[in-house]
Amino acid sequence: MTAVFQILVGLLILCGSAFAAVAALGVLRLPDLYSRMHAASKAGAVGSSIMLIALMLATDQPSEVLRAIGAIIFFLLTAPISAHLLARAAYLVGYPMWKGSVLDEMPDTARKKHYGPDLQGAKVSQSATDLGAT
Amino acid sequence: MSVEDLASLFLELSLRLSLVLLGAAFLMTVLRIWKGPTLADRVLGLDVLTSIAIGFIAVVAIDTGFTLYVDIAIALGLVGFLATVAFARFILTQGEAEEHRGDALPLAGDLPGSDGPFEENEAR
Repeated sequence: MTAVFQILVGLLILCGSAFAAVAALGVLRLPDLYSRMHAASKAGAVGSSIMLIALMLATDQPSEVLRAIGAIIFFLLTAPISAHLLARAAYLVGYPMWKGSVLDEMPDTARKKHYGPDLQGAKVSQSATDLGAT
Repeated sequence: MSVEDLASLFLELSLRLSLVLLGAAFLMTVLRIWKGPTLADRVLGLDVLTSIAIGFIAVVAIDTGFTLYVDIAIALGLVGFLATVAFARFILTQGEAEEHRGDALPLAGDLPGSDGPFEENEAR
């Protein structure tokens, strides 16, 4: 490993772990579930992806490079999906926002769509299967 | 001191510093999982913990050259994703159960003869 690669790997590792630490700090300190999710799903995915890129540069075996690429692609594909599913479930069930939030775009339309027009649970099972198909 | 020595010293230093940062991230996330306050917060904390563990595996693989654990990182990402999806569906169905608690069977705490609601027994 040449000197340039060593410095590049060191910088990437520092950058990725700083992203991960900021994500964890946001998960610890932000006021409600949705803003915590904002910190976790973006900064967390970027942090571990940057560290896997550093692993790609550091190793000299092609199989490790391919594994790291596969892990990055898989992680970047699944992180938004899981964050979306969790946020959707929490919003439909009615987890409260922080009281300092300035805007709730769908104050009752989302729950009405989920539970039926009179909030009686008419479409519950259908929406649950929709979630599973996503 | 030549350029090569400086570069390897910088790599060593940044490896140590990133391990410290990742350990701090682990601790902060575990504190969030411990504090709660809701189930969705804990599920989110587990998701973050998975991604931090993947980064940790990458750093350890660079540090020691022991790249066997990269496979485990891929499997960990898969399992973490499936766990988050399953927990999201669980949160959805549990919320429905809470929404329609009135027309469902009474809980143990609601029955006559029991001493108080069920939540008091679980509260520390």
